[in-house]
Amino acid sequence: MKYPNLLKKSVLLTALTATGLAQAAAPTPTLEELWSVIQAQQKQIEQLKKKAVRTDEKVEATGEMLEQQVANNQSGHGGKGKTSIGGYGELHYNNLENGDGSKDKEIDLHRFVLFFGHEFNERTRFVGELEVEHGGVEADGSPLGGEVEVEQAYVEFDINDEFSAKGGVFLLPVGIINETHEPPTFYGVERNPVENVIIPATWWAGGASVSGNFANGISADFAVHSGLKVPTTGSSAFRIRSGRQKISNADANDLAMTGRVKYTGVPGLELSASLNYQSDITQASGDGADDATLLQAHAIWNRGPFTAKALYASWNIDGDAVKAADGDKQDGYYVEGSYKLTKDFGIFARYNDVDGIRVQDEFEQIDVGFNWWPHEDVVVKVDYVDRENNNDGDRDLDGFNVGIGYQF
Amino acid sequence: MRLFTLLLICLLPIEALSRGVYQQPTDFINDVFQNNPPAAKRLWITGERKKISNDILGHPPRSLRVRYWGQDSRTAWILEEIGKEKPITVGIVINKNRVERVKVLIFLESRGWEVRHDFFTEQFKNIGLQSNKELDKSIDGISGATLSVRALKKLSRLALYLHSQTDFAHDAS
Repeated sequence: MKYPNLLKKSVLLTALTATGLAQAAAPTPTLEELWSVIQAQQKQIEQLKKKAVRTDEKVEATGEMLEQQVANNQSGHGGKGKTSIGGYGELHYNNLENGDGSKDKEIDLHRFVLFFGHEFNERTRFVGELEVEHGGVEADGSPLGGEVEVEQAYVEFDINDEFSAKGGVFLLPVGIINETHEPPTFYGVERNPVENVIIPATWWAGGASVSGNFANGISADFAVHSGLKVPTTGSSAFRIRSGRQKISNADANDLAMTGRVKYTGVPGLELSASLNYQSDITQASGDGADDATLLQAHAIWNRGPFTAKALYASWNIDGDAVKAADGDKQDGYYVEGSYKLTKDFGIFARYNDVDGIRVQDEFEQIDVGFNWWPHEDVVVKVDYVDRENNNDGDRDLDGFNVGIGYQF
Repeated sequence: MRLFTLLLICLLPIEALSRGVYQQPTDFINDVFQNNPPAAKRLWITGERKKISNDILGHPPRSLRVRYWGQDSRTAWILEEIGKEKPITVGIVINKNRVERVKVLIFLESRGWEVRHDFFTEQFKNIGLQSNKELDKSIDGISGATLSVRALKKLSRLALYLHSQTDFAHDAS
């Protein structure tokens, strides 16, 4: 093998410099010896290059494999594969004083909720929600006076890109918080009273429904489902909230239907109207309470840190007895403004006007307070409440509430 | 009973279409680069990048590296984030360090569907990233779609940040 003289000289000079003075005393290697050293080093360099390429390939393959594993295991919060688990909960502290001077102070694990979801295939899935309220239950109701409820248990089918259907137990498409009520999503420790007294949220039913979502931001829902069974006697006679059957051997003599049209075609805006109709709200004829209709409408406007909400809901119930009890029209509305001072901190004020059938369900109420989100899925809430009863000053109340809530 | 019958008729499967896939990621990339996309590159999410990506997403990144396509001052990204239960796949184009386009490619969540429409994603156009890794313009949300809106905001922030880590981050004129 021949090499240019210049290269040989350069190699020799470099080698001599590299060996240094310490080796100056050693016998000087011949040109051939130096050349064989260089050849050995060159061979090592080539081997290292090949090894580096192989290492790159291994890293690449490992990355591909890990990405594939992540893709296979990707699911919802806390979930794995096709089954997902989620939940939310809230603890409340109430410190309230009634108009008669009595005080209500309590700490309550108001809700502890677990979601379960399962995807049978791309078009068919199950959604379930198990809720424990007020800490749990005991057979005699003491000291645990809460409830265990299945609020959702339905199978949803995608019919095509725009339509889906579901059957089972589901939340009715009415109001603002009935379907979305995880604590970090709304202001106030306690939910607003209009969507408690007039719209009996959380309001769920058993039946079937179809939903359509359209490209212009309009969606529509229609459901046929179990109806209310409002009592006709006692202290809760004709009280809407007492009519929820909770799908526990529910009377189905008179089914109900609910429809909703919603528009969200402009970012930050939601306009929605719902109608619920039941041919007999007591599930029994001849008792002086017959067909009932709920009309509900709301608007939400969000612009930057500011959000405004307004909701109106009204029941019209036919029947002599319910009219005589002054329960044929039960309605209410609220308006709420909120402002996020920072990403994690927002303030709100809400005015509520409620006209239910019971004395304690006829009042005006103001709520003011703040939410602090230490994490986007965790919220600490503080609010002040001032309620004035329309007919009984002893049922006025004011005080403050503190709560902590989460979702995952 | 008639109502139930009517509803059951409505429930009969009309046609088994693939719901939720609005554009295949490869088609999106072809669209962005007029059917002549550059070779895909990969950005490793390690060290400082991993920390900042974690801060943006609120959880560790699900992948060690991210694939992207770059040309001149543009990069295109296919990113995923879970809304409530299912991953939302989004195509994002960054040009001269600002968002050029956001498109929801695959949406499998049962709620929050509004985020896939142009009337929502148009808001992201020309948005940039502040030094604190927040978007420099507010995005108006959608009631009832909080988690999906949040997912898209996070992915836009992530794409803007990752773009800044590439050789295409120069503000070419």
